[in-house]
Amino acid sequence: MEADDKKQPYLNGRTIVNLFLEPSTRTRLAFEVAASRLSADTITVTGDASSLTKGETLRDTAQNMAALKADMIIMRHSASGAPNYLSKVVDIPVINAGDGSHAHPTQALLDSFTLLEKFGRLDGKKITILGDILFSRVARSNMICLQKLGAEVTIAGPSTLVPTGFQAMGVKVCHNLREALQDADAVMLLRIQHERQASTHFPSLGEYTSMFGLNKKRAEWLKPDAIIMHPGPINRGVEIDSEVADSDRSVILQQVTNGIVVRMAVLHLCHCFHKNIPIELPA
Amino acid sequence: MNNILWISGGRVIDPANQRDAIGDVYAIDGQLVSELTEAQKQAATKVDATGLVVAPGLVDIHVHFRYPGQTQKEDIRSGTEAAAAGGFTSVVCMPNTSPVCDNAGTIQRIMDKVQREAVIRVYPTGCLTLGMQGEALAPTGQLKEAGVVAMTDDGRCVQSNEIMRRSVEYAKMFGLTIMDHCQDSSLTKGAMMNEGEWSLRLGLPGWPKAAEDIIVARNVILADITGAHIHMQHVSSGRSVEILRRAKERGISVTGEASPHHIEFTEAELVDYDTAFKMNPPLRTEADREALIQGLCDGTLDCIATDHAPHTPTEKDTEFDAAPFGVIGLENSLASTLGTLYHSKRLCLSEVIALMTHKGAEICQLDAGTLSEGAAADICLFDPDEVWTVDPEKFYSKSRNCPWNGRSLKGKVKATYVAGKQVFDGVSITA
Repeated sequence: MEADDKKQPYLNGRTIVNLFLEPSTRTRLAFEVAASRLSADTITVTGDASSLTKGETLRDTAQNMAALKADMIIMRHSASGAPNYLSKVVDIPVINAGDGSHAHPTQALLDSFTLLEKFGRLDGKKITILGDILFSRVARSNMICLQKLGAEVTIAGPSTLVPTGFQAMGVKVCHNLREALQDADAVMLLRIQHERQASTHFPSLGEYTSMFGLNKKRAEWLKPDAIIMHPGPINRGVEIDSEVADSDRSVILQQVTNGIVVRMAVLHLCHCFHKNIPIELPA
Repeated sequence: MNNILWISGGRVIDPANQRDAIGDVYAIDGQLVSELTEAQKQAATKVDATGLVVAPGLVDIHVHFRYPGQTQKEDIRSGTEAAAAGGFTSVVCMPNTSPVCDNAGTIQRIMDKVQREAVIRVYPTGCLTLGMQGEALAPTGQLKEAGVVAMTDDGRCVQSNEIMRRSVEYAKMFGLTIMDHCQDSSLTKGAMMNEGEWSLRLGLPGWPKAAEDIIVARNVILADITGAHIHMQHVSSGRSVEILRRAKERGISVTGEASPHHIEFTEAELVDYDTAFKMNPPLRTEADREALIQGLCDGTLDCIATDHAPHTPTEKDTEFDAAPFGVIGLENSLASTLGTLYHSKRLCLSEVIALMTHKGAEICQLDAGTLSEGAAADICLFDPDEVWTVDPEKFYSKSRNCPWNGRSLKGKVKATYVAGKQVFDGVSITA
């Protein structure tokens, strides 16, 4: 199914609440587009427009949405584990659109989808995730998803943001940029998350760029057919230079496009599982 | 007519007096006596303890009863009822109330409430520093005169080494123990759980063990140079146990406690972000858990203390980040500790009872925790083998934040006596 197919009827008459309690552009829009392609009605609630600012609890907010006959809640939240909590509070599907530093499962799915489009299979492929791993939900979900698909994952960046303890999750930890890049089939860059970070983890963005930023020269350390990915938002000139981000080997905008179809699948499957509907696929 | 109690036929275990044998325990007017005359036996209230353990009433030197100021979480009545139901007859309350216990008036207020409402013995502590701000010494002498048994800024470890040094030195003059919640807060800003594999997996800010170890080491040094006694509260890190072990070998006056949850659970319990497992210090690794048990076995750690920290169901019913730190444990801690230390064959029954009675009492110099002749007849009767399921809804505590919720435990309190008077009959509070 291509993302530019016609509208599908699978969620016709269903109401989906986009509960985005932390800023988001790509993920929120992609979920809105995906829901709309599936013919669902979408309501988006953002943090500052919700009663949470008036002291209402997350439980009450979500239960009110369920009482308004929402069929599904898609939530972005700054607290790790918030969707785990919410899924115990309401009996409709809760889809995690990113929780704290914990997980961003649909991002990992769309990244894997993008890699599969490129490579066909991921067995034995070497994927390097470079940047602020400690605070990254994207990195965590990708470590799990990519390894499940057979890829070998290396995480790289400054030692304070890429602690060796991550080895317990099966990945290789590397603090040497050249080593991390030279064997990779794909490198996935991550933004430095100023908003989550204690200011003590590294000296400055300038130092980060000079040690770990992916510029044109360092991109030459990559294998010729290696691809460059980024979940966005990009901080041009910090973790990635524009000429690399906009180069032929960059698949950054394809990732965004793939986010639609992957999220359509997630919405459709969650709905089917919840309602015990046999899964129909388009002819 | 005297009030005479005769508990017969139980296995009397009184570790302070090396007693462990089937026998009888007698009390007249609330005081233990070694025997009764025939006439007294005729007049006694007789309790058949066959098949049960007869132990000193349990002692917990670390509880939060939230009075004054936070009585939606707990109060003197509910807290002491919970304690009685758990077999406790003496508890030491932490001073992080609202207002905090940094003045004699607040201590007096607590003592008045205890006098009117408590069903067991309650001993207050005073803040080390004014307002628990860690900046200036609280009026230690006046607090002592008002009745505090120890000084602590529990929950807000004094960060300034100068203030800690002076407060230790000053409290020593009054013979007061210092109890410290060992946490270098510069290492734990925003921290939610132990730093390690699980914090990385769960994306929760990590709480390094070093935050505890550094302060334990500091306190060892301060105890050494001042000669004062510093007690480390709820030790959670294996390295802290090792630091204490070496300090004790060198004869430095330090002690340590372990909490029932730290010796039973590990950080892996947080896998689904259950706020009932969110506490300070956090649950650590299996290696730390084992080191704590080893510390209790070899005497490096001196006692079990619950850190009973009630929070309302509403406060705990939230995203993990937003929930307060703390768990309750008074009503199940005998059973859970028996499970971790006795049923697991790490310690004998008498050793476990020592950890939960006279050893803690000695740290705070309480006249409690023994069945010595002439001592108060504070007694706990329990069946070490009865299996029951923890249901916090049935707790006497006002709060429900219990990590043992739904677990099956072995060891049931069958009766609690304070000064020879039954306060709990195994089912209900009778005081």
